[in-house]
Amino acid sequence: MSASVHLDALPPQRVGTEPRSLTVFEKVCLALVSFGSLLVFLSLLSPNTLSTYTSYWAAPALTMGTIVLGSLGYIFSAYMGTTPGIKHNGMFFSSMSNRGVWGWMAGVAMTSFYVILYWHSSTLAGAIALVEPISYALSGKHADQWFLYGFLYTVAVVVMGSRMLMKYRHSRYQIIRTLSVMFFQLGFGFLIPNILKALNQPEFYFTYFWPLKPEYLLPWSYGEEQLVTQGAVIVTGLTMGRAMLLWGAMMSVIAVPTLTYFFGKRWYCSWVCGCGGLAETLGDPYRQLSDNSDTAWKVERWMIHSVLLAITVITGLLWINAATGNAILGNASGLYSKTYGFFIGAAFSGVIGVGFYPILGSRVWCRFGCPQAAILGMFQRFFSRFRITTNGGQCISCGNCSTYCEMGIDVRAYAQRGENIVRASCVGCGVCSEVCPRGVLKLENGSFGDRFKNAAKPFAAIADAFRGKS
Amino acid sequence: MHVAIIGNGIAGVTAARTVRKRDPKARITLISGESEHHWSRPALMYIYMGHMRYQDTKPYQDHFWGKNRIDLVRGWVTQIDADGKTLTLDGQRTVQWDKLLIATGSKPNKFGWPGQDLNRVSGMYSLQDMDALEGWTRDIKHGVVVGGGLIGIELAEMLHSRGRHVTMLVREASYWDNALPAEESAMVNDVIKATGIDLRLGAELESIEDDGTGSVGAVQIKDGERLDAQYVGLTAGVRPNIAVTEGSSIETARGILVNDQLQTNHPDIYAAGDCAEIRTPEGQRNTIQAVWYTGRFQGEQAANNMLGDAGDYNAGLWFNSAKFVDLEYQVYGNVPASGAQHTSGLDYVFWKHDNGKHSVRICHKDGAVVGFNLMGVRFRHKVCEQWILEAKPLEYVLKNLRKAAFDPEFSKRHDAAIRAVAKGATP
Repeated sequence: MSASVHLDALPPQRVGTEPRSLTVFEKVCLALVSFGSLLVFLSLLSPNTLSTYTSYWAAPALTMGTIVLGSLGYIFSAYMGTTPGIKHNGMFFSSMSNRGVWGWMAGVAMTSFYVILYWHSSTLAGAIALVEPISYALSGKHADQWFLYGFLYTVAVVVMGSRMLMKYRHSRYQIIRTLSVMFFQLGFGFLIPNILKALNQPEFYFTYFWPLKPEYLLPWSYGEEQLVTQGAVIVTGLTMGRAMLLWGAMMSVIAVPTLTYFFGKRWYCSWVCGCGGLAETLGDPYRQLSDNSDTAWKVERWMIHSVLLAITVITGLLWINAATGNAILGNASGLYSKTYGFFIGAAFSGVIGVGFYPILGSRVWCRFGCPQAAILGMFQRFFSRFRITTNGGQCISCGNCSTYCEMGIDVRAYAQRGENIVRASCVGCGVCSEVCPRGVLKLENGSFGDRFKNAAKPFAAIADAFRGKS
Repeated sequence: MHVAIIGNGIAGVTAARTVRKRDPKARITLISGESEHHWSRPALMYIYMGHMRYQDTKPYQDHFWGKNRIDLVRGWVTQIDADGKTLTLDGQRTVQWDKLLIATGSKPNKFGWPGQDLNRVSGMYSLQDMDALEGWTRDIKHGVVVGGGLIGIELAEMLHSRGRHVTMLVREASYWDNALPAEESAMVNDVIKATGIDLRLGAELESIEDDGTGSVGAVQIKDGERLDAQYVGLTAGVRPNIAVTEGSSIETARGILVNDQLQTNHPDIYAAGDCAEIRTPEGQRNTIQAVWYTGRFQGEQAANNMLGDAGDYNAGLWFNSAKFVDLEYQVYGNVPASGAQHTSGLDYVFWKHDNGKHSVRICHKDGAVVGFNLMGVRFRHKVCEQWILEAKPLEYVLKNLRKAAFDPEFSKRHDAAIRAVAKGATP
């Protein structure tokens, strides 16, 4: 006598290499996303059609609204089908997250979006019309491509941030940190600048400062001169008030060293910054693509410090030029900043930095290009209490930490030697600690002098680093 | 001097690195049949589950070996001539050595079950085991995992991650209760069930049945059901892999017999890691120690001794860790398993969160702390070790739990709840 087990009676098991089966709710959610996306596409082909045939608010509701709601519903349902905990099953089997067909297509699509946004924004008229009611309600101003961009950016952070909240619902560090980036993007990256516009004030971003936003510390931002640019890439086109300049200078000179001393650069890079916010949310499915070889590290150090050097020199020259009545650069100063704006502001941080998420990983800009990260990194490396501590002999060298480090740090190389991880580039996202199956890694703000051998003598440590001894 | 090392696992690689660090001139040959480069065996499951690729599991970048002049040789050692100081690779090439380290690891236990050699029946130990499973995965609707230990639960999780129905046959009354205390073992049972894995406790394998083509088609449980199955994972423990010593004069029992210096009966031949069996181990430690870090310690000690030291291997205070699907586990010091819990003469403070996902057990004797067992809670290795070695009073430990905490920032602290339990338990 034999009783065969009834496979259907076993609990549902949803994760696999085959497409998982969808619930009715999930099908409805995905249908909403498709419907909204289709309407966006049609609106691009034929601007204003949608608002002509429906009411004023129906256009954003039927497009952006359906996409957001459908995505949120799907994300919620998909994660509720798993137990809380790290679920990286199939990351390297997935076409989207391991540079397959979908990954490449997503990369090309995102890259193209940036190219269109910067250099062919007229193409986007139909999509800009869709967010017009939102822009008008917020600021009393008409939507332009930059409003559309800010809106989509914020939506991406909020929707994919919600995904992070579901994915890490077992981890309070990840929940609080993700809420922080969502808060700063929604409030300081979107609502406040638009409300300022409504008050006829300059569109100011309190969470950006020199050198990530060089124009906040450039001479013309200070004076009466109105500088209007075509690309609006680096200059907002409005003169800032003294208070705002003071704020930016204070952040650069006081907040950066002080907060980094106590908490490491994470206080900014993975808690506040908008670029970091996008990387931590929209970029999360791609973090494992960051190259963690020694060669990549070498390239990183040269590139990021070169960008910092470039913007420092440009800023200095522009101030000298302004102080001497355009004596040294003449009227060429605009050209200098435009060139930097094109190569660094637009091409690097946008097209490559975000557009290449699915190809190069989620922190390309932060790792190889961001001058702000370079400064924060120097403070973190030599003048901070932050480190990642390793837990005695528990490391099994599995490699999850190194694989899921978005900054391409070979975390394991330190963990398996039982050494602290004190690296300029670490943004303190905490994912290495989450994915570690043996409880080996902990982000900590400890005492200053015990992080590494020469930590108590930072200037000696800097000298060592230059001699290649650390 | 030419040091040859058989096996590029953690013991062999640590030995190679140690020799290189101490002796820049030594010639080092690292031999492996399994893989070109050292990789992290505990990460095997993550490759199959798609968390990482094989190359991500390599603890050292590929340029490391050339830079450190460690010669990598790919091949299976078929014979060792202990007196002639040579070994034969794949029955063809001969390699001469001055010092030899055998670090060949383990192999899965098989207990003579009928059908154990059928197609789609395997252990889960090597890259080859995983490749085979990968090839069979398409044909698997239902996999049966035999054995309730660390590899068993990993294999069950692996199959489950790929959408395969999994049944775990555990001979014991509760998961891994020959290592875990009863309450913690029950917590793992719950995790396994919550994941959607069909856990059968007290269930023994009787036979594996042929589907008519030489592959497994069903599994018969002793005095129980017959389960349709297209794959059977045999994970009832491992034993030393000593095939390489066959036909040589190297003394073996279950493993390769070594003295405290990890030296075999041949003074120039050493063994380290899972394959070594220590004739007279220190304290109450096992003769065979098959965990990652003991492999590392032994590899280092064997290397030092090959270079002329005569140091005794010392495993130090016992510790270990694992992850049972979503539930992390750490142990430090003396923590008796379920069966010995009440006969060990130890007292316990045991706190468990209502959600069943966190617990802390502090074992103490005569007022001094001797061990920690943690589920879903991370403690600091150095602090626990120091407290145990210094025989800190329980009161001190309870008061200073914060010093041991290693959970990520903002994690809920349970110190007050643990102290409350301790107060209730000790009058």
